Amino acid sequence: MDDDAEIIAEFLVESHENLDQLDRDLVELEREPGSRERLSSIFRTIHTIKGTSGFLAFNRLEQLTHVGETLLSRLRDGEVVMTPPIAEGLLAMVDTVRALLDGIERTGRDTDPAVAVDPVVAVIDGLLAPASEPASEPAPEPVPEPAPEPAPEEPGERRTVVESSVRVDVDLLDDLVDLVGELVLTRNQLLQRSLGSADAELVRASQRLDLVASELQESIMKTRMQPIGQVWSKLPRVVRDLSHQLGREVELVMEGHETELDRSLLEAVKDPLTHLVRNSLDHGIEPPDVRRAAGKAAKGTLTLRAYHESGQVVVEIADDGKGIDPATIGAVAVERGVVTRDQLARMDGRDVLGLIFRPGFSTAAAVSNISGRGVGMDVVRTNIERIGGSVDVASEPGLGTTTRVRIPLTLAIIPALVVGEGGERYAIAQANLVELVRIEGDDLRRQVEDLAGARVLRLRGTLLPLVSLAETLGGTPPGDEALTVVVLQSDDVRFGLCVSEVHDTQEIVVKPIGRQLKAVSAYAGATIMGDGRVALILDVAGIAGTAGVGAVQQEVADPRALGADDRTALLVLEVADGRRAALPLTAVARLEEFGRDRVERSGTSEVVQYRDGILPLVRLASAIGLPDTSDQGDRISVVVHETGDAAGAVGIVIDRVLDVVEVAVTASEVGRRAGVTGSAVVQERVTDLVDLEAVVLRSGVPA
Amino acid sequence: MRPVSHAGTTTATRTAEQYCTFWVAGLFFGVAVDEVQEVLRRQPMTPVPRADRAVTGLINLRGQIVTAVDLRVRLGLPDRSGAELPMNVIVRSRGEVVSLLVDDIGDVIDAAGVDLQPAPTTVPRGVQDVVRGVRPLPDSILLVLDADRAADVAPTPDNPGGTP
Repeated sequence: MDDDAEIIAEFLVESHENLDQLDRDLVELEREPGSRERLSSIFRTIHTIKGTSGFLAFNRLEQLTHVGETLLSRLRDGEVVMTPPIAEGLLAMVDTVRALLDGIERTGRDTDPAVAVDPVVAVIDGLLAPASEPASEPAPEPVPEPAPEPAPEEPGERRTVVESSVRVDVDLLDDLVDLVGELVLTRNQLLQRSLGSADAELVRASQRLDLVASELQESIMKTRMQPIGQVWSKLPRVVRDLSHQLGREVELVMEGHETELDRSLLEAVKDPLTHLVRNSLDHGIEPPDVRRAAGKAAKGTLTLRAYHESGQVVVEIADDGKGIDPATIGAVAVERGVVTRDQLARMDGRDVLGLIFRPGFSTAAAVSNISGRGVGMDVVRTNIERIGGSVDVASEPGLGTTTRVRIPLTLAIIPALVVGEGGERYAIAQANLVELVRIEGDDLRRQVEDLAGARVLRLRGTLLPLVSLAETLGGTPPGDEALTVVVLQSDDVRFGLCVSEVHDTQEIVVKPIGRQLKAVSAYAGATIMGDGRVALILDVAGIAGTAGVGAVQQEVADPRALGADDRTALLVLEVADGRRAALPLTAVARLEEFGRDRVERSGTSEVVQYRDGILPLVRLASAIGLPDTSDQGDRISVVVHETGDAAGAVGIVIDRVLDVVEVAVTASEVGRRAGVTGSAVVQERVTDLVDLEAVVLRSGVPA
Repeated sequence: MRPVSHAGTTTATRTAEQYCTFWVAGLFFGVAVDEVQEVLRRQPMTPVPRADRAVTGLINLRGQIVTAVDLRVRLGLPDRSGAELPMNVIVRSRGEVVSLLVDDIGDVIDAAGVDLQPAPTTVPRGVQDVVRGVRPLPDSILLVLDADRAADVAPTPDNPGGTP
């Protein structure tokens, strides 16, 4: 259904309702001809239809309602007195309007020749002409029969627009959502009870209930869904006006405007989306001459794309403009004090782009009235995160910028992680969840450190501040033999929340909590668990604030970030007693450990028997010109690399595996030598990039 | 569960005189019946760390989450001994539903004909703050509780005198 058809459908539904009201009003009016209230109501109805039909270019309808409106306004103002002929004329007009609307519904046009408009117009004109003595002239002709019964084409088959949709009060829908939330909770309780039950009938019935409740929930949620096109509909105008104002030529492409999301969210994303579109025009797409000079088409393209992905709605705003130069962003960020030069030096390109979302950042060199009024991208991000969404930006200098906004489908029911502390359960919205880490034994001493009372975790080369949930809740943290860390992210803040237990993830219904608890920043709300008990929902931002975790501590590349095309997954290894080397993860088939006694010799090579074959071994340290220390334990660590051809596999012997990381590698020639293509900074440490081909060659197996 | 029923014949003027009564630390309190939703026995409760001490926890009342406020703590009276199980007087207050934890439930009484008087100034401040006044009945003195103020855990400044 295109936009016009949608507008027409809405117009039809509205008009049919209005006409029903109109019929009642007209009949009433005959009984009490003086009622100004009735006349005003009729006048308004006809006026509305006239206005919309003019807008939609239904000229005959407009002409008809125009004369009707004139007559009605005179009646309303008391210039004309209601008489039976006038009532006849008005009723005839209403019937004809109805016939025209039926025609529009069938054909999309008001040109149905079967509906005679002119005679009715003539009658009403006649009624209007002798305004002084309206009753003197009787209706000149019998009122024409409007719209002979429509030809009996496909009778009763097609539901008309009016029949296939119902207008429902939004409050009623909200009530339904509440009730279905309740039902889901009750179902959860019942399911939990019936699980241990020996009553097969009960188990079956509760499973049925489970199914039906889920479907019901889905359907109810759908009633609140509206297409994102509703928000987008204003954008063509915004783009047109702005491109004129800025002297840009822009083609707006919109894809997936039927993608639906909850109406409350729709409202919330309107402003951020408009802002992003304005940004693309102002900072992204260049003026035509600049574009031509850069070898691009003079007309820029702004693409809006919406789609569903893993329970979320993704909205992309992509332009083919000049892109964002990380160097410029970095310089501006340092100049405005958003980051220090030091911090900037340690960021990769992606993190630098992320700086535009920091408060106090605005790239517009001069403050224009389109964007860069201080309400910058940080506001966009805050607004989107408030509804549980996220926003990130990817850019190719010279080629364009893509901003991706991810929004949850609905707010009322959210997926959450349930954790335990002090015998109680607490829910954490999964939108805030980054990962779960468990640290025990030696790792605990090595990775968790105490910095003047503040505990931090070394997590893949960055320091993550730790907050104890028990302490946040006013208790004492449990013993120190193991640590379960829930890594959380809110706004710019990332921290680890130490919890006693991790239960499971489940869908929870968010319920408000009373005014007595508003002052406690640790809670965002409450929910009811499957056993009927209440559990509090933790407010991640509130906890971060209370614990004093600041935004500056977050410099980690977001592992969930999109557009990871320029990133490579690397296996980071330790060789030669503390030196770091990295292999592309794609080259790794398996990681194995062998007892040292299993290493045998074949000629000059070391081999192990492996999977009914012989696996030649290469000591990586020796292969890249470092002293070999891989033999220090009873066992050796081996990376199995499968070579492309039938020759099979090679085992690369290393000291140990450190990590798997996904980074944008900026390789440097530094350290280039036999077996090493160069080096790169991975997790802030200089790391040798292994020349796999050269290393494999040493084993005698063709790479 | 003992829902408070409103007799169909009761006129509006009469309900205003009717009180749902209860005891807290030996004091005899009453809340106007039309402010009371129901009275419940002890309910499973989820504690709320870091909340005001008067907030005992959260109750699941047929899917609605209700904050339970212990009147003994709220009124600054001595704590209940561990063995005594409190009762829930569920009241509607400022658009929310709140449970007031009390020691024991009394009858619904009709105080028609007995005028509301200011609470004696010797009554502890914490009690005066949430009481609209007293109605001296023949065999006891009824403290008329202002449910809204009782459910506000922090004292509200809007009526510092504590008397109507």
